[in-house]
Amino acid sequence: MAGRRIVPIGPYHPLQEEPEFFKLVVEGEKVVDIEIHIGYNHRGHEFISPELTYDQVPFLVERICGICSNSHPMAAVMAVEDICNLEIPERAKYLRTIVHELERIHSHLLWVGLAGHFIGYNTVWMWAWKYREHVLEVFEMLVGNRNHYAMNKPGGVRHDLRPEMVKPIRDAMDLVEKKVWMLTKAVLDDPVILSRLEGVGILTRAQALAYSTTGPTSRGSGVPWDVRRDEPHAAYGLVDWNVICFPEGDVLAKTKVRMLEMIESVKIIRQCLDRIPEGPIEARIEEVPPGEGCGRTEAPRGEVFHYMRSDGTNRPLRHKVRAPSYMNIASNKVACVGGTIADAALTLAAVDPCYCCTERMAAFEDGRLKYTWNELLKLSWQKTERVRARMGR
Amino acid sequence: MREAESKLRERFPEADYHRHNENRLYIRVPRERLTDACRFLHQERGMRLCICTGIDTREGFEVLYHFSDDDSGGLYTLKVVVPKDDPQVDSQAGWFPSTDWIEREMHELLGIDFPGHPDMQPLLTSDTDWNPDWKPLRRDYERRAEKHGR
Amino acid sequence: MSKLGLWGLKKSPWVYHLAAAPCNNCDIEILELLTPRYDVERFGVVLVGSPRHADALLVTGVINRKSLPRVLEVYEQAAKPCLVICIGSCTCNTHIFRNSYNVVGPYDKHLPVHAYIPGCPPKPEAMILGVVKALSKL
Repeated sequence: MAGRRIVPIGPYHPLQEEPEFFKLVVEGEKVVDIEIHIGYNHRGHEFISPELTYDQVPFLVERICGICSNSHPMAAVMAVEDICNLEIPERAKYLRTIVHELERIHSHLLWVGLAGHFIGYNTVWMWAWKYREHVLEVFEMLVGNRNHYAMNKPGGVRHDLRPEMVKPIRDAMDLVEKKVWMLTKAVLDDPVILSRLEGVGILTRAQALAYSTTGPTSRGSGVPWDVRRDEPHAAYGLVDWNVICFPEGDVLAKTKVRMLEMIESVKIIRQCLDRIPEGPIEARIEEVPPGEGCGRTEAPRGEVFHYMRSDGTNRPLRHKVRAPSYMNIASNKVACVGGTIADAALTLAAVDPCYCCTERMAAFEDGRLKYTWNELLKLSWQKTERVRARMGR
Repeated sequence: MREAESKLRERFPEADYHRHNENRLYIRVPRERLTDACRFLHQERGMRLCICTGIDTREGFEVLYHFSDDDSGGLYTLKVVVPKDDPQVDSQAGWFPSTDWIEREMHELLGIDFPGHPDMQPLLTSDTDWNPDWKPLRRDYERRAEKHGR
Repeated sequence: MSKLGLWGLKKSPWVYHLAAAPCNNCDIEILELLTPRYDVERFGVVLVGSPRHADALLVTGVINRKSLPRVLEVYEQAAKPCLVICIGSCTCNTHIFRNSYNVVGPYDKHLPVHAYIPGCPPKPEAMILGVVKALSKL
């Protein structure tokens, strides 16, 4: 099968829930180039934000993405606090950390489930999402909503932790820890899953640096950078935890990073619950002086970066949002090339792409259409079946 | 952080330095030295590009390049100010792939030109229902809804 | 539509999930419906991969300029009668994004809508209730 063909993926397909559009250029089974089109999700947050007051901005940036809906407000209020050079109260720091780590657990579980689905292991999907529910229950108890938490405000947090909430959180953490270990073992023990993940979609260390990737994508490529450690914010400097890093750069390494990070998150939350001091949960901000500030935090997918410029009024003059996927998705350009089409779905998903974040931001075209996303997924499933048959399982 | 700052001052004495706090350094460099400064921060100091920001101010268009030094936790921001009648900044995308998308985005939403960019296509806006003259992040942009027929 | 077809539709609605420019939240909650906690498949609700097989479109997110033509095309591909069920405040009234330059208004400006389920995001229980009410109108 000689000659180049174009395989369009998207913009609408049923599994990755967001609109996105990739054009894979293939020769036979081999991917030789990829074109990434974004913009199906561009909503103009940076345009709306200067119309809102500093108190309202967190509610807007929360709605950039429903999965990272604590990271964005947290980075935005940290940018405001950076302008004011303000230190928030101890208790608020711990509360921010707890919610942030809960979010990491639920986001990584979500990814593990979807990745399992992509290689045809729906059991992994159902299990991971079942245990994710327990985290969402904790959120509902803590902040009153399953997804958008409205936790952060400039100077502190909005919701306090009542004493009776501590036990349910601990119980949920015990359960999550046990189940994450179970899932990790199940995934790493299964030779079929291993052979689908190992050596697929390699992103080398040099490529990770050149594309400035962040989060598990770069930590899976041997770049041990984590904003939580490098620029300690909230309570991350006050508790004991490790940065997970693997040098291989393939999908397996990224999976391992995410699995082990969940365990670290459980560790962080337990320590926070032990050490959280009494006291106020917010500091009052009288006015925001003219100036500029940056806030950044480690979202589940990587570094979230917010820049804010103030002119002394109660609204930001300019608010720049950079979500981790903006950098990570661009690295698909090199990670996908050289692999087969059957692996493409998995590789594209391996950065845990979040288009909602990226873009704040086809008429399934031409006669050359060869595979739809469904067929692509089927290819991926068939490959798993072949591997399974070969291994006699 | 201090050591990197003194190296920078040595290398770029004409730049204007402003330290906001322990971890934030803002460096205003002349337009011609931007590429050198970016290369210095990324290639010699091994810093990661966070993102670029374009701002429309009274003085002109500001383009900020935020670099993160992950080993020390510092954030270095290179700032270039270009006049509004000549909004041109040299593109870095040729040697630094992570600036590719953001330069396209600034070109699209703010109207800053990046001569030397390999592929200056619109990134975010619609291919069918968008007027390329609309620059929503400019200050003189008409915010009323009627303009967009909504 | 034949009586039998209507009965079939009500008994086992096949839904297609269409996200225009969402924040991902309602989308995840829709997937959540399929997982063990809510498991709507026991009521016969199946998430299908193509709009051509769908009885109902579950739409989420505001529509923006780039996604509008694609959304209309997906609606055209769907077999009629096709219920359009708006999930989330964004679909009902564009919510916090009403002032954006890239947003082209709520769904009912572009498509016939059969049910609105407001909330940011609506709880999975509310979504199930909304779908049931939309079906009972038929």
